[in-house]
Amino acid sequence: MRLTLGPLQYFWPREQVLAFYRAAAAWPVDVIYLGETVCSKRRELRTRDWIALAEELAGSGREIVLSTLALLEAESEMSSLARLVDAGFRVEANDMSAVQLLRERGLPFIGGPTLNVYNHATLRLLREDGLQRLVLGIEHGRALVEEFRASGEPLPELEITAWGRLPLAYSARCFTARALDLAKDDCGFRCLEHPDGLPLASREGTPFLTINGIQVQTSGRCDLGPELAELRAAGIGLLRLYPQAAGMAEVIERFRRAIDSGVAPARAGEENGYWHGTAGMQCVTSP
Amino acid sequence: MHLVCPAGSPPALQAAIDNGADAVYVGFRDQTNARAFPGLNFTEVDLVNGIAYAHGRGRKVYVALNTYPGPAGLGAWRAAVDRAASLGVDAIICADMGVLDYAARRHPGLARHLSVQGSATTHAALRYYRERFGIARAVLPRVLSIQQVERLCEREIVPLEVFAFGSLCIMVEGRCQLSSYVTGASPNRHGVCSPAKFVRWDEEPDGVRRVSLNGRLIDRFAPHEPAGYPTVCKGRYAVGGETFHALEEPTSLNTLELLPRLQAAGVVALKIEGRQRGQAYVASVTNVWRQAIDRLRTRPQGWSPDAAWQRELARHAEGHQTTLGPYHRSWH
Repeated sequence: MRLTLGPLQYFWPREQVLAFYRAAAAWPVDVIYLGETVCSKRRELRTRDWIALAEELAGSGREIVLSTLALLEAESEMSSLARLVDAGFRVEANDMSAVQLLRERGLPFIGGPTLNVYNHATLRLLREDGLQRLVLGIEHGRALVEEFRASGEPLPELEITAWGRLPLAYSARCFTARALDLAKDDCGFRCLEHPDGLPLASREGTPFLTINGIQVQTSGRCDLGPELAELRAAGIGLLRLYPQAAGMAEVIERFRRAIDSGVAPARAGEENGYWHGTAGMQCVTSP
Repeated sequence: MHLVCPAGSPPALQAAIDNGADAVYVGFRDQTNARAFPGLNFTEVDLVNGIAYAHGRGRKVYVALNTYPGPAGLGAWRAAVDRAASLGVDAIICADMGVLDYAARRHPGLARHLSVQGSATTHAALRYYRERFGIARAVLPRVLSIQQVERLCEREIVPLEVFAFGSLCIMVEGRCQLSSYVTGASPNRHGVCSPAKFVRWDEEPDGVRRVSLNGRLIDRFAPHEPAGYPTVCKGRYAVGGETFHALEEPTSLNTLELLPRLQAAGVVALKIEGRQRGQAYVASVTNVWRQAIDRLRTRPQGWSPDAAWQRELARHAEGHQTTLGPYHRSWH
């Protein structure tokens, strides 16, 4: 079982991003996903900077993957996408535009969690297109993986999000700008002030969601560490851990120890519902 | 420009046709479509009659099969494609690639439209679906500005349909897990958003009503405050010390004033949302859009929307408010 560092979902100052990945090169992860997947207006690192970072990290012995934007709207975003696809690294395709560019070039790719792969027929089509690894959609759990296996269809490598706030939705609207009463086109890059997103609570103060620009995330962190044995039994090959502003080294260390020792860690995050086939916000404690 | 109207029931279908819809879209009575609500949708007999009614008047019937089956459910979705084909519908509206592929191979003569749930927002994504499954049309997600819609039309990859009026999904369709996160029931898999069985209304002694979804508070309303259906995206929440509609207020999309631009861009069809709405809604909204499209055809010079049309549409809008939504750049 391998550990992957998922793409950074938040908007951090350039120096913070570079420091994070310099540290990551020494962390015990097997794969590092790089790139802006949420908002093309976030340009502390431009496309060429992400590619340069990938080149720099390529010598670290880690598999380096470039991740694409989940929601593309503008022509300029298509141009950035083409530059990522042509950069010579493996690519995580996070929408069908990326799949099409990769397929046209005959390049193998990783299917990201926003591709909507719900059955083996879809999976077969994407494998024909060049998909070699599938990052399961966030609402997919054990039952889907079991059904994939039962279908008899050859399966690619399977990766699941095992740690972090799950991306729940994307919009044309920027919710951070809306919360600050700013126009999206003149947002002042205020996401920089929220390195782990902007918390959203119910009217009675219960933490509920996290606003992250045009993306909405969970408030609680998904944690499938305690499910380690089930994940292994289901044939999950890679565990994705999403970056957070503080304590990432400890998060990775906890999973590394668990994989190496085969002993599942005590629960640290708040949610695991999707893996168990229920509402994602729930936490199912195994008997 | 074709007017494509919703029909959640046989009376709604008839209302749409009688008021000038060029096509209606319907769903079967199961989870194969994105409005799988109790009491809604068509049995096979309903659909046979509905198709006869529409075809007898030179109109078309599309069947939405736009949810995503899991491996075990794929057979049922394929059977629904076969059923739609054998009943003689004019097109199926699909999102799942496995379903599209099956339809393209088994029923090549049956037109396939890419559902809004397919989340195709660029020329490259549209090319994918055209090359892979020979789609005849794509419905664009409600995330693009009017300029972006115009540019996509210029590419002429596949004829495009856009949303014209109705409840506004604030998130990219096919990519929203808010309902799934709170209830476990998702638009993609189950064809429902925030299903009623998870909704709970409680009245406090002072008359304040609390509405929660699977135990999570979505909003609270003062005694005389109008209260809408509690989808997660339209609740009021606390962010940074303020309580407001942090994601979206209850409002409906209304693009009537953009009609000339949509036509000039080459958009082939306008979609009215609302298979969950009644016959009166369908009749009235269809009627307004029919008049608007017809007047644009016969008297394009100086076309502008009638105030009476806008009043009528606002009457049917969520919270009686309408917006141009993402079509308009300044929307936030």
